Amino acid sequence: MYQAILFLPLIGAIFAGFFGRLVGGRSAEVLTTTLVLITALLSWLAFYQVAIGGQETRIELIPWIESGDLKSVWSLRIDTLTAVMLVVVTSVSGLVHLYSIGYMEEDPDRPRFFAYLSLFTFAMLALVTADDFLQLFFGWEGVGLASYLLIGFWYKKPAANAAAIKAFIVNRVGDFGFALGIFAIFAVFNSIQYDTVFASAPDQVGKTMAFLGFQVDVLTLICLLLFMGAMGKSAQFLLHTWLPDAMEGPTPVSALIHAATMVTAGVFMVARLSPLFELAPIALAVVAVVGATTAFFAATVGLVQNDIKRVVAYSTCSQLGYMFAAEGVGAYGAGMFHLFTHASFKALLFLGAGAVIHALHHEQDMRRMGGLRKVLPFTWAVMLIGTLSLTGFPFTAGFVSKDAIIEATYAAHSPVGTYAFVLTLIAAVLTSFYSWRLMFLTFEGKPREPKEVLEHAHEPPWTMGLPLTLLAIGALVLGVLFANLFIGDGATDFWRGSLVTREGAHHDVPLWVVLSPTIAMGAGFVVAWYFYITNPLVPFGLSKRFNGLYKFLLNAWYFDALYDALFVRPAKRLGHFLWKTGDGAVIDGIGPDGVAARVIDITNRVVKLQSGYIYHYAFAMLIGVALLITYFIFAFGGIKP
Amino acid sequence: MSYSWPILSTVTFLPLLGALLILLLRGNDESAFRNARYIALWTTLLTFALSLIIWRDFDPTTAQFQFVELRPWLGPISFHMGVDGISMPFVLLTTFLMPLCILASWTAIETRVKEYMIAFLVLETLMIGVFTSLDLVLFYLFFEGGLIPMFLIIGIWGGARRVYASFKFFLYTLAGSLLMLLAIMAIYWQAGTTDIPTLLTYDFPAHMQTWLWFAFLASFAVKLPMWPVHTWLPDAHVEAPTAGSVILAGILLKMGGYGFLRFSIPMFPLASAEFAPLIFALSVVAIIYTSLVALAQEDMKKLIAYSSVAHMGFVTIGVFTLTMQGLQGGIFQMLSHGIVSAALFLCVGVIYDRMHTREIAAFGGLVARMPLYAFCFMVFTLANVGLPGTSGFVGEFLALTGAFRVNTWVAFLATTGIILSAAYALWLYRRVIFGVLEKPGLRLIKDLTWREAVVMTPLVLLTILFGFYPAPLLDASSASVEALIRNYEASLAAAEQARFALLP
Repeated sequence: MYQAILFLPLIGAIFAGFFGRLVGGRSAEVLTTTLVLITALLSWLAFYQVAIGGQETRIELIPWIESGDLKSVWSLRIDTLTAVMLVVVTSVSGLVHLYSIGYMEEDPDRPRFFAYLSLFTFAMLALVTADDFLQLFFGWEGVGLASYLLIGFWYKKPAANAAAIKAFIVNRVGDFGFALGIFAIFAVFNSIQYDTVFASAPDQVGKTMAFLGFQVDVLTLICLLLFMGAMGKSAQFLLHTWLPDAMEGPTPVSALIHAATMVTAGVFMVARLSPLFELAPIALAVVAVVGATTAFFAATVGLVQNDIKRVVAYSTCSQLGYMFAAEGVGAYGAGMFHLFTHASFKALLFLGAGAVIHALHHEQDMRRMGGLRKVLPFTWAVMLIGTLSLTGFPFTAGFVSKDAIIEATYAAHSPVGTYAFVLTLIAAVLTSFYSWRLMFLTFEGKPREPKEVLEHAHEPPWTMGLPLTLLAIGALVLGVLFANLFIGDGATDFWRGSLVTREGAHHDVPLWVVLSPTIAMGAGFVVAWYFYITNPLVPFGLSKRFNGLYKFLLNAWYFDALYDALFVRPAKRLGHFLWKTGDGAVIDGIGPDGVAARVIDITNRVVKLQSGYIYHYAFAMLIGVALLITYFIFAFGGIKP
Repeated sequence: MSYSWPILSTVTFLPLLGALLILLLRGNDESAFRNARYIALWTTLLTFALSLIIWRDFDPTTAQFQFVELRPWLGPISFHMGVDGISMPFVLLTTFLMPLCILASWTAIETRVKEYMIAFLVLETLMIGVFTSLDLVLFYLFFEGGLIPMFLIIGIWGGARRVYASFKFFLYTLAGSLLMLLAIMAIYWQAGTTDIPTLLTYDFPAHMQTWLWFAFLASFAVKLPMWPVHTWLPDAHVEAPTAGSVILAGILLKMGGYGFLRFSIPMFPLASAEFAPLIFALSVVAIIYTSLVALAQEDMKKLIAYSSVAHMGFVTIGVFTLTMQGLQGGIFQMLSHGIVSAALFLCVGVIYDRMHTREIAAFGGLVARMPLYAFCFMVFTLANVGLPGTSGFVGEFLALTGAFRVNTWVAFLATTGIILSAAYALWLYRRVIFGVLEKPGLRLIKDLTWREAVVMTPLVLLTILFGFYPAPLLDASSASVEALIRNYEASLAAAEQARFALLP
């Protein structure tokens, strides 16, 4: 069964990719969608068997890389953590496949699109079922490839191509750390298999190793290097720049890859490696600080964006920060729980935004939307549910998991915990504000779109409606249904060691802390209502009065410009310099060209051999052989030392 | 495994027989050309089939030389042939790429077809000989002799600046090979034999190791090529015809790496240990420097040539870590690069044959009319980037794993190569394949012909197969690499003991 979960999407991808043009778009999309939906059903079955029933297994497929002590086997590690991810990945993927049938109906390249989607699903499943660091890395890069292909799906758009390359390269910067982390693990533990490493990790506590000339703590170093990979994949502060640009891809892609699954790989990685991170408190603190900073930073940028997808993208970035903040204070279960609920409501928001964009003929700018509630009541309703869940309206899925995170940061009672608590709380206000801003700009007020567009606006077909409905239900009920298992009293029995569950993690927190996220949500809502319903001129005035700040936020703290000036352009200039000056003037100038000039002088003067330089060579070669043979003749003649 | 017939000699000299057959062809018309092509194709295919027998009967559990042939020849120089786990895969790589080269030249070469095919067949014999010979002089003859047909190929069927390119090639290689020749003489003078298996167990005095090691380095570094003696490679590639580039990148470069494994390390272990940091430094510079230079290229072939230099940097790092992972990684990287860079040059050849330019700016949007081509090119680009699941990953990963154990600075700096390689490779792909197809000349461009598809298919399959299942190659070399490490460490330990013995 587990083999089927892994390979059915791959079969679909291969079929759609190679025979898609032969059999036509319809067959390709039906086949891939069916296969992924079957996978989703199997995954829920697996979830029941493994997470509830406790039947963990490990399946070895074939050996991969074996060299000396380094052994990596393609295998499937099925425990609770894997089962949770299986359910998330395949469910969202199945729904997105179904949704895409409607969304992409006018695109001539549908087989390719579905092939990529299924390929992504396969890579993601390989990532979550990995049993050693190398297969994790395989999945990691595999989803990166699928993401690259899907962001650049509309290959005629220069912006899409640029965004695709950017996503890949920024991720590679993270993978640079990840790869070094794997090397370090092998150097220290002589193995890259999870269980072996986890088992001997306690022996390494407090030990140091030399790295780049410094003596550093072994586990801290390893965890920080690996976390660099997580920061890239999960678009955390400093390595986040690719995620907003990735919105150039088709919207279903954004929902699947850049909201629900791939970007959460970093969160999954930290949870999977929680036995290591638990032993490296400094690394854990870094995780919390980076997470909290991202939650805050991305939320501030989300406040002023005009592109509907970019708002949701920054929101994703921010919510991922929440998950890391939770893991950073040791609440891995809470982080995974937010991952679980976030998958449903963020996929819902993206697909809802996609429905809006689809209805308005690929209009993404919220300044040209408005008044859509009456035209698209169904879309409005599901978006409303998504927004409620994201902002943390009581008893929705997002509320339960986000509350758990904010409480966990407070309960950590450490400087880092307090930092995370304050920033995530502020971010909650901001989240509420930008989410309602999105809702109000899109669905309320006077219609600002051209008349003919509004007249043609229509509710989505059932293939898009059904996934939206299911996700909306999920966004409402998942939190209450699963809270006990993920973070409640049943947590230890549920996770069964697949991630670290700290004993006695249930601190009693004051009532004001419990209520604070709800208050934060209310505050954000009120401000958004005032700004965009009651008094729409206020935000405009503010943006003029505080123009510097507005520009700063609109340009996402100028990170793109900074990186461009720091890395991209210098690299290109340096490359050109090394080529022309290094290779051309210095090496060739002194070396072959210089010598060649002399050789030509001399040959011209001394001998006039025929024309080709080949003769020079053959001549030299002959002399060489002659010398050698002469030498041997002499040597053979007894002049041997 | 021993046969009643000398299989290694057969594989080595069979192509020569094909060349003789072509030489006998009369006439200079289309039918003679066609016969020449078919003879070359069948000869190389037959050679490949025979080499598969070697692979089948190869015993991967021993580090001994296998299929050994030993005949007296020129006095102290004997005709000694044999393969072990390090050389056997390279023989296969050579015989595998050859038929593809012949196919790739099928219509691209229209002038002097007979001579072209003869040059290629002679080249094949010489290349296989490099990997099978077990006598230094024999090795030297093959090693240097291979340059003559390569020279002819670049010089006669090459592009506009072929004279400059061959001149550069000539100067570099001459300097390197003369030093190696001197070293070979010195070795004979010292050890009294040129028999490689005997020399592998011979202890050279420490001071002599140093200069012998440098003399060999001079030759191998140029061949590989290592920074800063790499500048001949981009020029040679650009001027060479497609199949010439394939052989150059696929096999000739590997001779340098093979030389390190066969001579430098086992014969001069003390010098290798002492100067490994030098190799590391040059390799790290090569990786970063040439990757950056690749970013700035406007010519497809030059870009791939520079990326080859960077990839060879991983090879030298891996080899000189003298760890199991590093050595196996280095060997794997050479084999993988032999497939991938060959394939990339074939990809350039495909569009060069159609448009007669290699300038990146002349293309764009090819995926619209050439989906099959775009797919193949994508696979090889990803392998070049070192994506897991392609053969390119395995070698790089193993080499760097080995490097981390030996020197974290080396691993740290060399790993930046994975960022830079992504940058230049994807940037190339994007400019050639993606975008809107708007250049007027490209409107009617055709996708792969069936012959081109036949050439691409095995390369694509192997790239992916070895990415997921590298065991056949890793297993083949493991026993020999283990023995290499064992002997190396034993020599170092012995030297250490000798040093202590001298202390009062």
